[in-house]
Amino acid sequence: MDGLLYLDHAASTPMRPAAVQAMTPFLTDCFANPSGSHRFARTARRAVDEAREQVAVSLGVLPGEVVFTGCGTESDNQAVTGSVAHRGGVAVTSAVEHHAVLDPVLASGGVAVAVDETGHIDLDELTRVLRSNDTVSVVSIMTVNNEVGTVTDMAAVSKVVRREAPGAWLHTDAVQAACWIDLREVTPLVDMLSLSAHKFGGPKGVGVLVVRGGAAPAPIIRGGGQERERRSGTSNVAGIVATAVALAETDAERDVEVERVSALRTRLVESISSSVDVHETVPSSASVPGVAHLCFEGIENEALLFLLDTEGVCASAASACASGAMEPSHVLAAMGLPRKLAGGALRLSLGHTTTAEEIDAAAQAVVSSVERLRGAR
Amino acid sequence: MRVLVGMSGGVDSSVAAALLAEEGHEVVGVTMRLWGGDSDTGCCSVADVDDARRVAQQLGLDHVVFNFSDDFDERVVSPYVEAHSRGVTPNPCIECNRHLKFDRLSERARVLGFDAVATGHHARLERDSAGRPRLARGADRDKDQSYVVHMVDAEELERTVFPIGHLSKAEVRDHARRLGLRTADKPDSQDVCFITSTGGRERFLGDRIPLRSAPVIDTEGRHLGEVPSVEMVTIGQRRGLGLPGGGPLRYVVDVVAEPEPVVVVGDGADLLRRSVDVESVTWVDGTVEGRVRAQVSAHGPAQPARSVVTDEPGVIRIEWEEPQRRVAPGQSVVLYDLDDRWVLGGGVARR
Repeated sequence: MDGLLYLDHAASTPMRPAAVQAMTPFLTDCFANPSGSHRFARTARRAVDEAREQVAVSLGVLPGEVVFTGCGTESDNQAVTGSVAHRGGVAVTSAVEHHAVLDPVLASGGVAVAVDETGHIDLDELTRVLRSNDTVSVVSIMTVNNEVGTVTDMAAVSKVVRREAPGAWLHTDAVQAACWIDLREVTPLVDMLSLSAHKFGGPKGVGVLVVRGGAAPAPIIRGGGQERERRSGTSNVAGIVATAVALAETDAERDVEVERVSALRTRLVESISSSVDVHETVPSSASVPGVAHLCFEGIENEALLFLLDTEGVCASAASACASGAMEPSHVLAAMGLPRKLAGGALRLSLGHTTTAEEIDAAAQAVVSSVERLRGAR
Repeated sequence: MRVLVGMSGGVDSSVAAALLAEEGHEVVGVTMRLWGGDSDTGCCSVADVDDARRVAQQLGLDHVVFNFSDDFDERVVSPYVEAHSRGVTPNPCIECNRHLKFDRLSERARVLGFDAVATGHHARLERDSAGRPRLARGADRDKDQSYVVHMVDAEELERTVFPIGHLSKAEVRDHARRLGLRTADKPDSQDVCFITSTGGRERFLGDRIPLRSAPVIDTEGRHLGEVPSVEMVTIGQRRGLGLPGGGPLRYVVDVVAEPEPVVVVGDGADLLRRSVDVESVTWVDGTVEGRVRAQVSAHGPAQPARSVVTDEPGVIRIEWEEPQRRVAPGQSVVLYDLDDRWVLGGGVARR
């Protein structure tokens, strides 16, 4: 949209034009249900099969290990709830997970492991929890934190889980990772991995769940037996096709984008911190390039977001509840961030369409809004 | 003018926003998220927020939600519970107006560069001959809410708009229908927003404080019965005391919470008082002494009285012209001018 400074890519990033183009035929002429047995259905079926192969290549897994779902939350839910349903036992996760993982874990009576002040899971604590529970069926640790951008050392997590709970399935919520991390390096470490298409330039309404290494979470949507009985429901052909294209493009551009966006993030943070007092929640070395999480002491994030919105800057703070109100962040609380800082939290997230001009204008808007709010006290 | 309109999702605030927008003001709608627990319309009243947002969309207004639930807990809910434990009958809607709408929200609006906060209260801003702002009753006397916004002082009034105060409730609904707003036929909210109709006050309090049974005695000290929770009993109450029927009408004339809970009942005459002491008094535009009218419930009549300033700061004594039923401690006493038109100030009845 014109005049908008969009720095909320972690919430949703614009669809890649190639993905829009790729999905259009399946919204118009080629509308058939791929499960049918006629030639028209076979055209749709072929598109889904090819998309699955493409996604498998981008993730370094086998096509049969790729399950298309309805969203990232569904993938996360199936990985947790489906695993506990299949094998019983306890689910273990970290305290800073997205609610899509945290809530099903806690609902099943699972355990949330503490994190350090940068949001990294405490591996000693994880070890202790796994040792004290001999019935752990699934461990779910996010690759990248959605709020503060912290990157998990999945190799280290995997090592601990394989050593301490060799029978457990390891899932990772990689929803925020696809743009910044080559997932071929992550999939060998885990049994399950979740993605959401609209976070990397695909459409909303498509999730991916990678299921490998003998993991077999029970389906949470049953019916026609699509996706090899792992997720029923008519295939979202257009969405799946677009997802594959978006992921392939993201994968191809990743090295260049990581470098480009890292520089933009540095530019953004330096520009803001040179003018106003700000606390960078997670050092850039620990975070993905796309997330700049900042805390402004003495400021209420609702007021800051309102002023930024007035200036045309789209940003976010913590997560919103069903009413649209800002909720106190469980992530910042788990990291032990003092309330006076957490109350003034701002997440600026960058993506494939972000430009230097946008960064400069947004930085200026942040600075002037913060100065105004501090002056009004 | 740039106005922040508090939109609860009800018809009054919907029309308030609509009228301001029609007048050409720059209007932003805000719904305050106050209560995170159960309510009759779902968690954090999502259904009401949906209504407010949808009305704002229809009117072409930006709509935001501010989360003031911590402040609401601290300034409204906790004092409400604590008051009941002391045998006091609080008015949480008034405390919400005092601390949330006309403090937290108006301060937020000021910081964000708004010229005024508007609400859908049935109250009016008038000017006296000197041009001073006056808080007047709403045009619809049955729906008048000047009692619950009595704490809005002259300074705050200059930054406050009551766009529907000059309308009757029927006219408000007519406007809503004319504009096709989905809230046009929504029933008025009646009760305390954080207490569900299924759970009720007793369960709400019982979940938070121990409810203590208490003997019911008459003014001579004779034991008449027992109530299961003294926290649920209010001065002036007639029913629900578990007393045998027949005989003269008996009212609760006193509720003692400490050291041992006791409920005292008596006849109508025992309930009458010549005066009431009022604390935490705020004035719309300076202290008023002498003849006034005083109102002790949201829609009751304002009775002739004298306002007498005491030595204690923030405390006045209201001396009734005719003896009045005792005001339950915790209830608001609001003073009006002799014409019963303008709010002068108000406070909370003390024990």
